Amino acid sequence: MADLEELYREIILDHYRSPRNRGELTDEAALRAEGFNPLCGDEILITLHVDHGVLSDIKISGQGCSISQSSASLMSAAVKGKSLDEVRQIIATFKTLMTVHEAQLEDGDAEPEAVDLRKLGELAALQGVVKFPMRIKCATLGWNTLTQCLDDASL
Amino acid sequence: MATVSGTLDVNAIRRDFPLLERQSHGHRLSYLDSGASSLPPHAVVEAMATYYETTHANVHRGVYETAEEATRLYEDARRTVGRFLGASHPTREIAFTKNTTEAINLLAHSWGGANLGEGDVVVLSIMEHHANIVPWQMLAAAKGIELRWLGLTDELRLDLDGLDEALDGAKLLSITAMSNVLGTINPIGDLARAAHDAGALIHVDGAQAVPHLPTDVVASELDFLSFSGHKMLGPTGIGVLYGKAELLAAMPPFLGGGGMILDVRTDRFTAAEAPQRFEAGTPPIAEAVGLAEAVRYIDSIGITSIRAHELELTSYALDALDGVANGHLTVHGPPAGPDRGGVLSITLDDVHAHDVAQILDSVGVCVRPGHHCAKPLMRHLGVQATARASFGLYNGTDDVDALVEGLEQATTLFG
Repeated sequence: MADLEELYREIILDHYRSPRNRGELTDEAALRAEGFNPLCGDEILITLHVDHGVLSDIKISGQGCSISQSSASLMSAAVKGKSLDEVRQIIATFKTLMTVHEAQLEDGDAEPEAVDLRKLGELAALQGVVKFPMRIKCATLGWNTLTQCLDDASL
Repeated sequence: MATVSGTLDVNAIRRDFPLLERQSHGHRLSYLDSGASSLPPHAVVEAMATYYETTHANVHRGVYETAEEATRLYEDARRTVGRFLGASHPTREIAFTKNTTEAINLLAHSWGGANLGEGDVVVLSIMEHHANIVPWQMLAAAKGIELRWLGLTDELRLDLDGLDEALDGAKLLSITAMSNVLGTINPIGDLARAAHDAGALIHVDGAQAVPHLPTDVVASELDFLSFSGHKMLGPTGIGVLYGKAELLAAMPPFLGGGGMILDVRTDRFTAAEAPQRFEAGTPPIAEAVGLAEAVRYIDSIGITSIRAHELELTSYALDALDGVANGHLTVHGPPAGPDRGGVLSITLDDVHAHDVAQILDSVGVCVRPGHHCAKPLMRHLGVQATARASFGLYNGTDDVDALVEGLEQATTLFG
């Protein structure tokens, strides 16, 4: 049960119940990307605006489990208003959090060295996910979709 | 204690399944995922180990003693499985495959390839598993066949009103005997007669039904039947395509290679008789031995008793789930009864199926979240995913009670 409580932290449940930046930007300037998790059917649509190198607005729609939805919500709050360089850094840090902990679980109990959890702010609440390998794909769905969106626009 | 009735002594049965002795997250394991894969009894594991340690050799060619014994065990397995289905000619009517999926691909490729062309109609139902959809869609793309779909009633039974119209001019009805999502049991005998009256053949996907319901291919007048070993207490890696002897005998080979030929020259080959014609390469010998042992185990309990037990357990579960989550819980399927199998697809209004399954795991309850390889059905139901509990003969009311308790925890956590 301890692991389960770590997975379903209050911040995660809060973002699941009240997702931030929910919706869709429908104007022509909006960049769009869709993501799917074929294993469980989770789907996500990200639309965003980039103005002068800044991710000025982002909306998330789709449906899925509490982990995929809250992770996308937390992500939207973390990247909105940030420069694209900062956005890429946040994505990289989050992905490292997912993989470092995964490797750490395999190796034993070494402290993670690469990720400074303080930098992640609320996103650190998702670190409990890595103890549930099947759910890492849920947590990273939104992030991979955001990456896809930026890559598609060569940003 | 687990016993629900006088039908089966569940506590005695559990002692035959070593995996049920383990704990999960400090809880007794409540294995409610037999619809995905059943647990093997010790006898099956032992039969396979004994085969490997005392007999193993490749089949059908060696003349030494163990090779002959291995061949005999493999062919005996064919007879054992055939008798279990009530087949008239087991040695000619049972082809071993990798699983149900491969059996249906074999059928679509071989029978469909030889007998279906542009505009020919195959009838499916909206409750099919992807294994009984995609092979036909591949055939539709390759040969221009038409697929027609049978729908569902409001109670999530097969809608028979559209049956005659759908079968009009059709060549094949390919349909599940029991939905892996809804638990709906289809009247395959009636469907077979309707198909034959319309001049069509019938293939039945028996992956869910054969392990849990009495099957008689002759009485039900089935032309083809497919199923997997690992859902009926047997090992993974083996499945079955049953076909009437004259139908299999007329079908071209599927995969090419060793074991499926009579003769090979540089410019041609001559295929072996059915069913060897469909078994290219070294077959799943140990798996066949294990499957035959699984059939003997089921026979020792009695498939009728297993069905009666699972029907009682399903009724108990549907009653118990009725009170959970104040009306925010849905079980997608028909009410308990003779046309309802032990599969419970559950959704909670405010908790996603993945989270439900995760919370159930923390109390030792194994269920399956997701679309269950039945996306057309999920779209029909208007849900993205369900948490599915499915029963086996080793389940008792204590497993249902653990499920209910876990669901209540999920409701509380997300409430």
